[in-house]
Amino acid sequence: MRRRANVAIAMVGAAALIALAGCSTDPTVTPPEDTGTPPVINEWFDQAQYDKQFAERGVTPQGPSSQPYLQYINAEMVDTSEFASAGAKKVCFANASISNPWRQTGWITMNQQLKELQASGAISEMETRDAQDNDDTQIADIDYFIEEGNCDVFLISPNSTAAMTPAVERACATGKPVIVFDRGVQTDCPVTFIHPIGGFAWGIDTAEFLIDHLQAGDKVVAFRILPGVDVLEQRWAAAEKLFSEAGIDAVDYFTGADPVKIKQIISDELAKGDVKGIWMDAGDGAVAALEAFEDAGVDYPVITGEDELSFLRKWKETGVTGLAPVYSNFQWRTTLLAVQKIFAGEEVPKEWVLPQDPIFVDELDSYLAKNEGMPGGHYAKFGGEDLVGYPQVWQARVMP
Amino acid sequence: MNERSIGQSLSRAGLTLVRPRGAVFLLLLVLLVWITVLNPSFAEPGQLMRFIQRVAPVAIVAIGQYFVIVSGEFDLSMGSLVTAQVVIAGNLIGQDDSRSIPVLGFMLLFGALIGLINGLVTTLLRVPSFIVTLGMMLALLGGILFWTGGAATGNPADGFRQIGRGGIRDVPIIDFLPWSALLLAVILAAAIWFSRRPFGKSLIAVGDNVTMARYAGVRVWWVKTSAFILSSLSATVAGVLLVGYAGVHPSVGRGYEFIAITAVVLGGVVLGGGRGWVVAAAAGAFALEALFTLLNFAGVPSTMRDAIQGGIIILAVAYSATTFRARRRRGPLETSPAMGKRPDPTLDPVSPALQDREPAGQRTDNGGI
Repeated sequence: MRRRANVAIAMVGAAALIALAGCSTDPTVTPPEDTGTPPVINEWFDQAQYDKQFAERGVTPQGPSSQPYLQYINAEMVDTSEFASAGAKKVCFANASISNPWRQTGWITMNQQLKELQASGAISEMETRDAQDNDDTQIADIDYFIEEGNCDVFLISPNSTAAMTPAVERACATGKPVIVFDRGVQTDCPVTFIHPIGGFAWGIDTAEFLIDHLQAGDKVVAFRILPGVDVLEQRWAAAEKLFSEAGIDAVDYFTGADPVKIKQIISDELAKGDVKGIWMDAGDGAVAALEAFEDAGVDYPVITGEDELSFLRKWKETGVTGLAPVYSNFQWRTTLLAVQKIFAGEEVPKEWVLPQDPIFVDELDSYLAKNEGMPGGHYAKFGGEDLVGYPQVWQARVMP
Repeated sequence: MNERSIGQSLSRAGLTLVRPRGAVFLLLLVLLVWITVLNPSFAEPGQLMRFIQRVAPVAIVAIGQYFVIVSGEFDLSMGSLVTAQVVIAGNLIGQDDSRSIPVLGFMLLFGALIGLINGLVTTLLRVPSFIVTLGMMLALLGGILFWTGGAATGNPADGFRQIGRGGIRDVPIIDFLPWSALLLAVILAAAIWFSRRPFGKSLIAVGDNVTMARYAGVRVWWVKTSAFILSSLSATVAGVLLVGYAGVHPSVGRGYEFIAITAVVLGGVVLGGGRGWVVAAAAGAFALEALFTLLNFAGVPSTMRDAIQGGIIILAVAYSATTFRARRRRGPLETSPAMGKRPDPTLDPVSPALQDREPAGQRTDNGGI
C-alpha cells in the first residue's frame, strides 16, 4: 500500500518538476524582448502605419482649436451632397460595448451631444444595440438594423477589425451613409472613418518618454489588457520596437486590467530586481501599479498611464515622473456631428484623424482643475465641456 | 522517553508528507525551496509575510470551497460573488469612512443570503449545485453589469482598504504583519474547529454517502446549506481583502471559483465529497500561488499559465483517484463518520422523514453557523 502511494507521489512530483523545468529552460518560451536584438518581429508591427502616425503627431490639425472634436489631420475631403436632405434623421448605432471606463465616458458624452442634435432637429432618435464585446452579437445587430431598423444612417464602433468587415460592407450596400469610429474595418466603403491618430502614436509617445527618463539596461514592466485588439496591439508593437532599439529591458504581461494581477506581478518583479519604468497600454490599473511600489517600500518608477482621472490624481498626489497618453475620447461626439454634416451635404474627411496629444506634467494641474469633482473613471480629455448637462451628468456617471 | 517521542513525532510528520493528505505540503515545500533558490530574498521574513498577504484571499476562498466540495457539491458562484462584493464596497462606501462598518455588515448579510439561496435551491428543489451556482454566477455578473455598466467606479475609503492592504508595522523579526494574514489564521483556526465538531463530520458523512448520513440522523438539507453559506461568507471576506489589496475593478475575482476548486483538489480533497482535510485545502491555495510566483520568477509567458494550471488539475485528480481506489480496497475509509457511532434506535431507518430529524446531540452543533 505505502509503496503504491510513494510511487504515485514520485510520479506526480516528477511530472511537475519536468513541467516546471521545461518552462524555465526551454529557449522557445523566452519572451522575445529578453533577447533584445532589433529588429523586433511583431506581427502587429506595420512600418507604413508607424511612419504615417509618427508624422501625424507633428502636424498642426485643421479646424477650430477650441473644438478639438471637429479638428482633423491631413484630411482628404469627400463630397456628401448625394446624402443631403432635410428633416430629423433616425440614427442606428451598433456599439461594441461600454465595458471599460473609456467607452463609458464616451457613451455619456455621445448621449449629451445627441440631446443637442435632437433639440436642433437634426436627429429624431438614436437606436443603439450593445454587442457586449461579442463579434457575433454585433454582426447580428448590424444585420437587424439593415433589415428592420428603418435607419437613415448607420454608426458602427466595431468590436474587431476583420470579423466586422463583411457586416459593414452589407450596411454600405444599402446606399445609406455609414460612419465607422474607434477601431477600424478592412474596407473603405464607409463615408468616413473617425479615429484619433492611433495606437502606434501612443506607443511612440509613451516609449520615447520612458526612454528619455531611463537608461539602457533599465527594466520596464509593460501591462497590457488583452491580446488581439488592433488599437491595443499597435500601442505595444511601437513601444516594443523603440524599447529594444534603446536597449531597455522590457517585459510584458497580460492582466485583463485586473489590479490584483498587476500588484502581484510587480511584487514578483521587484523581488527579482529593480523596476525603473511602468508602461501601460491603458490607464485602467495604473493606480494599483503605483500602490504596489508603495507597499513594497521602494522608489516610484517612471510611469505612463492614461488621461483617466484616477491616474491623474495619483500622479499629482505622489509626484511621480509620469505621462498621460491620450486616446481622444471626444471622437464619440464627433461621430454624431459627422451625421449632421453629412445630411447637410457638407464635405467631411474620408479618414477623419482627430488630434491625440498626451498630457505632460506642466498641463496636469489645469486638467485636474477642469475636471474637479469628476469620478475616477472619467477621462480628462473627454471634450464635452460645452454640452448640456455639464458637469453634473458626467459627475453622476449614470449610463444612459 | 522525551527523545523517543520527538523521534516519533518527526517520523509521523515525515509519514504525513508522503500520505495523500500530506502530498500538497510536500509540493508546497518543493515550490518554496525552488523559489528561494531562484531568488534568495524570497525567504526573508518580510517577503514571506507579503506572500501570505497575497495568498490570503485565495486561501480563504479555498477554505470556503472545501466545505461545499467535501459535502459533495460545487460552488461556482464564488468568483462573481467576490466581484459583486468588491463593487458593492466601492460604490456604497465611496470616500466616506463612516460608512465602512454598516456596509461591511450589509456585505456579510448579502453573502449569507447568496449562500442560503444556493443551498436551499440545491437541497430543497433538488437542482444540481453545479447548475444552481452556475446560474447564480451569471445572475451576479449580470447584476454587476447592470449596476456599473461593466467598468470600475472608484476605490472605497482608504480606512476600509487597510483591512486588505495594511497591517502592523515594525514587528520584530517579521517586520510587517498584514491584517489579512491574521484574518487567514483566525479563519483557518475556525475552519479546523468546525471540521472537528460533529458539524464537520456530518459534512463529510453527507458527501461520502447521503443515504447513510440520513440513516445516521443528519439533517442533510441544513448541513449542505450551511456549507454554501460558509462558502459565500468566505467569498465575502476575500472580496473585502481584495478591494483593500488591489482596489475596485470588475475583473477582480474573475476565475476565483476555478482557482478555489483547483486549490481544494490540489489539497487532496475528493471531488464528489466525502474525504478531505481543510488544512490541506488551504495549503493547496498556497501551493497554487507559489507555483504562479515561481512562473513569474522563471519568466514563463503569461499565455502558458492557464495550460500549466490545467495540467496540474489533471495530475492532481489522477493522483487522488489512484490513492482513493487503493484505500477502498484496504477497507473502510478512515474519515468515515460511521465508525464508533450507532444510529439512534428510536428512528426508523427507512423513513424518508429522517432527513428532517436528528439526534438531539447534533442539533446544537449545526446551529452554530
